[in-house]
Amino acid sequence: MAASGAAVRGGGRAFLSLALGVSLLKCLLIPAYYSTDFEVHRNWLAITHSLPVSRWYYEATSEWTLDYPPFFAWFEYTLSHIAKVFDPEMLNIQNLNYASPRTVLFQRFSVIFTDVLFIYSVYECCKCIEGKKAGKELTEKPTFILSVLLLWNFGLLIVDHIHFQYNGFLFGLMLLSVARLFQKRHLEGAFLFAILLHFKHIYLYVAPAYGIYLLRSYCFTADKPDGSVTWSSFSFLRLIALGFIVCFVSALSLGPFIAMPSIFCLWFKPQGPRGFLRCLIVCALSSFMFGWHVHEKAILLAILPMSLLSVGKPQDAAIYLLLTTTGHYSLFPLLFTAPEFPIKVLLMLLFTVYSFSSLKTLFRKEKLLNWMETIYLVGLGPLEICCELVFPFTPWKLKYPFIPLFLTSVYCAAGITYAWFRLSVSMLPGPAVSKAKLQ
Amino acid sequence: MFGDYEAQRHWQEITLNLPVQEWYFNSSDNNLQYWGLDYPPLTAYHSLLCAYVAEFINPDWVALHTSRGYESDHHKLFMRSTVFIADLMIYIPAVVLYCCYLKETSPRKKIANAFCILLYPGLLLIDYGHFQYNCVSLGLTLWGVLGLSYDWDILGSLAFCLALNYKQMELYHSLPFFCFLLGKCLKKDLKGKGLLLLIKLITTVVAAFALCWLPFFTQLEQTMQVLRRLFPVGRGLFEDKVANFWCSLNVLLKIKSLLSPHTQLMFSFALTFLSLLPACLKLTLQPSLRGFKYALVSCALSFFLFSFQVHEKSILLVSLPVCLILNEVPFMSIWFLLVSTFSMLPLLLKDQLALASVGTTLGFGVACASSFSIFENISEEELQLRSFSVYVRRHIPGFKVPAKMLKTWFLVSVTMMSLLTLTSITVEPPHKLPDLFPVLVCLVSCLHFLLFLIYFNVIILWDHRNGRSQKKIN
Repeated sequence: MAASGAAVRGGGRAFLSLALGVSLLKCLLIPAYYSTDFEVHRNWLAITHSLPVSRWYYEATSEWTLDYPPFFAWFEYTLSHIAKVFDPEMLNIQNLNYASPRTVLFQRFSVIFTDVLFIYSVYECCKCIEGKKAGKELTEKPTFILSVLLLWNFGLLIVDHIHFQYNGFLFGLMLLSVARLFQKRHLEGAFLFAILLHFKHIYLYVAPAYGIYLLRSYCFTADKPDGSVTWSSFSFLRLIALGFIVCFVSALSLGPFIAMPSIFCLWFKPQGPRGFLRCLIVCALSSFMFGWHVHEKAILLAILPMSLLSVGKPQDAAIYLLLTTTGHYSLFPLLFTAPEFPIKVLLMLLFTVYSFSSLKTLFRKEKLLNWMETIYLVGLGPLEICCELVFPFTPWKLKYPFIPLFLTSVYCAAGITYAWFRLSVSMLPGPAVSKAKLQ
Repeated sequence: MFGDYEAQRHWQEITLNLPVQEWYFNSSDNNLQYWGLDYPPLTAYHSLLCAYVAEFINPDWVALHTSRGYESDHHKLFMRSTVFIADLMIYIPAVVLYCCYLKETSPRKKIANAFCILLYPGLLLIDYGHFQYNCVSLGLTLWGVLGLSYDWDILGSLAFCLALNYKQMELYHSLPFFCFLLGKCLKKDLKGKGLLLLIKLITTVVAAFALCWLPFFTQLEQTMQVLRRLFPVGRGLFEDKVANFWCSLNVLLKIKSLLSPHTQLMFSFALTFLSLLPACLKLTLQPSLRGFKYALVSCALSFFLFSFQVHEKSILLVSLPVCLILNEVPFMSIWFLLVSTFSMLPLLLKDQLALASVGTTLGFGVACASSFSIFENISEEELQLRSFSVYVRRHIPGFKVPAKMLKTWFLVSVTMMSLLTLTSITVEPPHKLPDLFPVLVCLVSCLHFLLFLIYFNVIILWDHRNGRSQKKIN
């Protein structure tokens, strides 16, 4: 007992160090380049602070009108009261592109502080991962690896803390709702997801996974031994409770048709919370692949939940490595300024080297990637050198300036498509396995 | 705006466009008042190398006269990269190798040790924030220490000579190197092997210096001019606020106006050598690797506290040896490293590095707290003060080193430093005392440094493990 107590304390200390360390790194990134998203959020602070609620979605002095759901608007409204202390001038709607040092400091700190929710959600997710063997070295435990892969995720760092967005606490809500579903606290999970949808509607992409899972695995309280539905076990009470919370979740909305096979699997052969998570990731990835007006940052919607699966099975670890490395590289064009070049290259190398070495150590008996996949990933290095170091010195720079972007997009599309395909295949039910074993 | 960054760019311009004989001389093309070269020749050669690369990428960066004050994003990236490449090639491998071969430590502790040394905020902030190439001279010195610890004395002294020829401040480390090597020669018996080693070492040193200074040995005037640039004795006892003894004394007793410059020089000379004499004598008579490392610390600290024309960045010369003893006395080393970073606060604030210095210092603290269990087990044994307290107990029975009080003092010290940092950043100083905060920082740091000097000297002088290590050298 004493040994496990010490292990828990050691693990807790390590988690705290990781969280503190990455928060300090985020502070060091405060002076870095920020994109137009910075002005977007400043404008929203101004709108929500200066105008009555009825005018929030009508205001159009700036080109960056409010286009997130109301909860996010209320979030900006709350922030604006703290912003007053830093620099009241930023709350003036007419001050377009206002970016005094105090404004930058305030906005950056607001992202760093709201990340606390993300840190808490990672902590909860770690509790849902079963440790493979007790008494292992701390840095080889799946919980430690998962903490690093999530807390120090390269994509989230550069999108939130350089490019400037508020994805941290939103993913915190999402991961927390996933963790609650793993912990069989279904109502809480549904509630959190419903709140999340009203912060940022992009999460509608994964709503079908939630809807079907909750309907099938929560409303139907018992299953037949082979895993199919026991219609008589349907609980109206649970359905009403769920519906009450989730009534505004449109389970049949933007559902990309390609995601249907995974939805069917979730209904006909539910595999518990892990199956739900897999379905969620496939939904997210499908919407990234085939959705309308997709931003490159949406790849994070698939990468972050995938981290939870990666420490479970070697096949998932392989897909994770492919998806994450390619996905993270596809974010490079977001940071195109010279001073950010070493930051993005070094952080990416740090994260990639860590993810490969830790997952390889965790699954040391299996070979994760075959030679073709390895060559593809290694090819990202020469691609980056060509696009950012060699191309600017060639005569084509003036005539065809979009070649680097084109090459990056096409190369990454190949990898992401391959990962999507493998993930979809992994959703298909294998030979008959007992429900008990899967759960 | 125009600081060491512009100075380094200017040196690239000078070394690329002018012949060697004109580098250190005042001329119409080379105005020594505008960031004239004041480091030894190896720095100049390094600048020349960087200048060739700069010219290849964009000649505007190093064009004679017209490139003054040049600033652009790409140029900044280039300059910062030169520091990073120098770090990667010289300093980082030395640190990694040093930690790899630490005795009696697990692999996990070795990695943690290397990580903490590399995260030391002082060097990171000065090299990458303020802009300097301390990684080269400190790295070469570390290679020298590595050489000496494996009895590759020739290579070790060669590395140190190169360090000395890169920055003349490395003279702070020269006495321990000299005494340790002399001690080794004496131990090997000066009539036989010892004499041979001595001759080899002298030859190596002379050859290294000759090679570096070759272009400047052609005329005596060249050599004298370089020496004049390196050692500007006309500039006074201290400049600006620095956490050393003289600047702190000046707050109470205006010695700069009380004594003549000549007397100041004599006083500083005397006090410096008096304070480092015991450690050096002990090292010569009982040379050991442990004694060598601690002597590096105490001699550099003596020079920092009592020497002439010391700059606040020179504390890095003390910090490097302290990093080397991080695994032996983690608690005191980490305390010292935190104070050394704090002592440079006025300089860092001038460079607008407030956020970076707070962030890196906290990061360093977190890394050290998780790598070394510093808050438990502070005993006499952990502080390496066992032999000292045994000795004192012979004369004063019942004497105990107040090890448990140390935790409290540490917390008080850290609180004081945090409060001073916070007030320096947020509060405006009163009109009558515009330098209030830098002076307070210097006084607090100087007090800490004096106490550390006593502590490290006590360890050296009461070190009884030399008897065992003597057999290792022979």
